[in-house]
Amino acid sequence: MMHIIVCIKEIPDPEIPPDKFRIDPNVRRVIPPQGIAPVINPYDERAVELALRLKEKHGGKITVLTLGIPASVRVVKHALSMGADEGVVLADQGFEGSDSFGIAHILTKAIQKIGNYDLILCGRQAADWDEGLVGSIIAENLSLPLVTLVKAIEVIEESLKVNRVTLDGYQTFSVPMPAIATVSNEVGRPRLPPGRGIISAARKQVPIWNGGAIDADPSKMGPGPARSKLAKLFIPERKSQCEVLQGETAAEAAIKLAKRLRESGVI
Amino acid sequence: MGSNRGPLVCGEVADGEITTTTRELLSLGRKLSDDLHQLLTVLMIGKNLQEAAKEAIFFGADKVYSVDNTSFSSFHPDYYTAIMAKVCQQIVPSIILFGQTDIGRDVAPRLAAKLGIPVTLDCTDLNIDPVTKEILQTKPVYGGNAIAIWATEPGQPQIVTMRPKAVMVDEPDPSRKGEIIAFTTPIDDSMIKIRHLKTVKEEVKGIRLEEAKVIVAGGGGIGGREGFKLLEELAKILGGTIGVSRVPCDEGWMSIKLEIGQTGHIVSPDLYIAVGISGALQHMAGCAGSKLIVAINKDPEAHIFKEADFGVVGDYREVLQPFIEECRALIK
Repeated sequence: MMHIIVCIKEIPDPEIPPDKFRIDPNVRRVIPPQGIAPVINPYDERAVELALRLKEKHGGKITVLTLGIPASVRVVKHALSMGADEGVVLADQGFEGSDSFGIAHILTKAIQKIGNYDLILCGRQAADWDEGLVGSIIAENLSLPLVTLVKAIEVIEESLKVNRVTLDGYQTFSVPMPAIATVSNEVGRPRLPPGRGIISAARKQVPIWNGGAIDADPSKMGPGPARSKLAKLFIPERKSQCEVLQGETAAEAAIKLAKRLRESGVI
Repeated sequence: MGSNRGPLVCGEVADGEITTTTRELLSLGRKLSDDLHQLLTVLMIGKNLQEAAKEAIFFGADKVYSVDNTSFSSFHPDYYTAIMAKVCQQIVPSIILFGQTDIGRDVAPRLAAKLGIPVTLDCTDLNIDPVTKEILQTKPVYGGNAIAIWATEPGQPQIVTMRPKAVMVDEPDPSRKGEIIAFTTPIDDSMIKIRHLKTVKEEVKGIRLEEAKVIVAGGGGIGGREGFKLLEELAKILGGTIGVSRVPCDEGWMSIKLEIGQTGHIVSPDLYIAVGISGALQHMAGCAGSKLIVAINKDPEAHIFKEADFGVVGDYREVLQPFIEECRALIK
């Protein structure tokens, strides 16, 4: 029976049109889009999917862990409704402003409190800041074997056979447990939560742990220990005006478009 | 720990030559070294590195640490990280440069964790602030919809991976001189936690999306599998290939392997024709690097028209057939 811990993150919905995406350059922060609920990071959702496939095959338990605000319980509930068994939210004002090292410290402490794990999965990166560091730092903190950019995992007796995505194929590694893997999108589409999953997830209690509950070290988190600072955040200039080709009919506009592209030398 | 001894490039070698990405890193590293008045070192791990080491010097390196790898036939993350850590302990680099490659994106975070040094991945620019001497790292975030610039105080070592093709390669100078150091270090078994079983190259049928010059991409507006036949015909005429946004994958019309977007392929063709695609944040993250974007959409308010260079407002069923005919006639 495997125990898999999956670290997930709540991010602004990447399905919004870009013109709804706003930032405040003065405080260098993204302004959450109004009326659009945040979602589970799509890479993390694939990590949950991979964990569920392993559980279906080998049995076991999946615990989902997120670092956020108390309301982040919604992404934990999403993972529970997909089929995860238990969830924990880590929320504390003292966590805010942590860099990847700080976040990894907090998650490491929470993982140690949960204990008895065979495998830890994280998304390969978060689709907001696109960093992809936290999993690797947790691996170092816990001295665990690590494979990044993972698309498939097989359990073979006491160890794992793990496929890592490369630019032109993949690599396969044999990895002893407990281990950690960062999961790539090549895992494929995550399942939709079934109705009964949503009902049972709604009933589950999700504890909220603060810094004291996990014995986090205040000197290792928050803005204090962060060694690089965000000096600037801006939205790059959009392309120049779109030249919309007009015509009496769609066909006429289409022919104009072909001619225009030919003039531009792209066809 | 000694004093900072200048930027260190993690060099990659393929078929006896340094890779294009490594040439870019050397050109960038040379500029940073000149700005900081420091030496530029490159580390290479592989077999028969003599020629590649000389080449690295021509491209700007002052010192080459060459590690003859007899242990592993292909990239091993633990081994690579262990060597990098040993070299960094010895030379204490001011900046450690990787490419955002199969190797760099894996090793850079591991090394950062091992050494406790900050790291920024997938940067598109890197320079030294002329006044404050801070290391400024420019990095696209939110799938390229925003740009962040991170600043690291002078004296604080920083690890960076650079996005391939983000910096220009300078002409090599065959008269440049440098020092080649054969570096050996014992690697004990405790450092190797995973076992490499195999490395597989997968052949792809047709044109790889990342390498395509022309991509015809369809979205939810196509309405079903049948409609993609027109897009495939257009792609064929233009010598390109086909891609899709998220909806056709979700609906099961098309394979997820064709998906373009933040969690799919990230492409940069000369011409990207988006048909029936609204242009969500995550989709644009996958195609914003295209040289020219054409939008065909029946909704004049669709966001894609704000990103496109050329557009036609109309139902693709009415637009594509005459467009295909005209393209065929023009290209002939």
